[in-house]
Amino acid sequence: MKLPLYLDYNATTPLDPRVLDAMLPYLTDKFGNAASRNHVYGWEAEEAVERARRQVASVIGADTKEIVFTSGATESDNVAIKGVVEMYGRREGTDRKDHIITQATEHKAVIDTCTYLQQRGWDVTFLPVDRGGSINLEELSQAMTDRTLLVTIMHGNNEIGTLQPIGAIGRLCKQRGILFHTDATQSFGKVPIDVEEMGIDLLSLSAHKIYGPKGIGCLYARRRNPRVRLAIQMHGGGHERNMRSGTLNVPGIVGLGKAAELCQQTMEAESGRLTELRDRLSESIMGQLEDVTLNGHPVDRLPNTVNLSFAYVEGESLMMEMNDVAVSSGSACTSASLEPSFVLRALGVSDDLAHGSIRFSLGRFTTEEEVDYATGRVVSAVRRLREMSPLYEMAKEGVDLSKVDWHAGAG
Amino acid sequence: MAYDEKVIDHFDNPRNMGSLDKEDDKVGTGIVGAPECGDVMKLQILCDENDRIVDAKFKTFGCGSAIASSSLATEWIKGKRIDEAQEIKNVDIVRELSLPPVKIHCSVLAEDAIKAAIADYRRKRQRSQAEQPEADALRTAGGGS
Repeated sequence: MKLPLYLDYNATTPLDPRVLDAMLPYLTDKFGNAASRNHVYGWEAEEAVERARRQVASVIGADTKEIVFTSGATESDNVAIKGVVEMYGRREGTDRKDHIITQATEHKAVIDTCTYLQQRGWDVTFLPVDRGGSINLEELSQAMTDRTLLVTIMHGNNEIGTLQPIGAIGRLCKQRGILFHTDATQSFGKVPIDVEEMGIDLLSLSAHKIYGPKGIGCLYARRRNPRVRLAIQMHGGGHERNMRSGTLNVPGIVGLGKAAELCQQTMEAESGRLTELRDRLSESIMGQLEDVTLNGHPVDRLPNTVNLSFAYVEGESLMMEMNDVAVSSGSACTSASLEPSFVLRALGVSDDLAHGSIRFSLGRFTTEEEVDYATGRVVSAVRRLREMSPLYEMAKEGVDLSKVDWHAGAG
Repeated sequence: MAYDEKVIDHFDNPRNMGSLDKEDDKVGTGIVGAPECGDVMKLQILCDENDRIVDAKFKTFGCGSAIASSSLATEWIKGKRIDEAQEIKNVDIVRELSLPPVKIHCSVLAEDAIKAAIADYRRKRQRSQAEQPEADALRTAGGGS
């Protein structure tokens, strides 16, 4: 077992060695520009790019012409949302189309893009989520108006793993003639996605979450029923059918394609294996410690993600105490903002519990031995920090912490 | 974020972690911070009749720097008179632990905890001094039983 143990696969993943093998020739001998039409260097690069396009498209039931390579999911989210708004949006007249619907626990790439548009006069609805992190379809339906242009709702949440019902959302959007974008960065390759069945018009994904390289991702943009056109966000040489100019990152694209193919081949078995490990981790921690809560949906959740709140302890010190296990925390202390996780807040998790939350995200190289090791480290770390915690002491004395007036000087 | 060695040392080997009897008149207790802010420090002092701090204990809910700041605070105030302990400033803690700017609030909290514990101790002393003659009077009135 290699220490520090890596249980932060939602942050990023290592390259699968098979992905690296596929990429290597395109970093050395086959270095051509895919846009060079007049020699073999260009042809072999283009051929590799088209193979990768097929590999990615196949995972989501798309056509190869619907795949636009980008630098990653952040760019894809930006291009999808701004591209649609600029192409179809109208802020005046009786046939206005100036409304976007999204939800509270989106990735910042979506939230901040929507906020940016809001500041420029577009109308944005941020739907709330329930305690499990799911949106309410009834509320979504009620939020839709004749002015609604786009619904952008993620598939799997990066912090808590909750899977939104994107098939049902897609159907609602189809009925109302509204475009539907989903950020599938965390779910792509982990759970089945079919853009036809689910009524998805635009979908963002990234390679480095699926054992591919960083700096490459793609946007799926539907070509039929309806054909989604996007206002150009990156002007230049007209690459990617003029949707995204810039010389193609051929080795990256080859890596993304190979990574997607491997996910497709192993998805069923891997998702079963990870679900078992995920539940083994949370059940065994919760079996040994009291006052631990699971954040996110108990069932409709990514197979690899467990987010737990440990009452009376703070997340950063917890990570420091179990420093040979790499995880992430919703604690404010781990961010520059001094605010605890906005995702957990949106779920209604109190700030003190948000500060004491840890996200474990498992992956392809996680073993049962590692899960058991992490469990042991977490349990002993929480026990030690609780011994050190005045909140734990007060709770044991029977003090109701929620009724203490902390700002009056509790001493 | 990488921590300073001293922070790690206090975190791994906290000095004076624990509790004193908060009902004891010679014990002053300060609890500062709030759970929703991610930091709560409890710092306690035990003083002798000359207002010298003979023991100090802390318990802290918070990040590594908060735990280290309170551990260091107890180490520094032990053996000091309360008026000397009162002089400890958060910048001294920042310097000793090489706290980065985002962790300065941890040192402020530790300074506040020292002051709150001393204030609590002083309050108790005043109260017991005020009650003392009364108690003596009661004893006399009760016929020395």
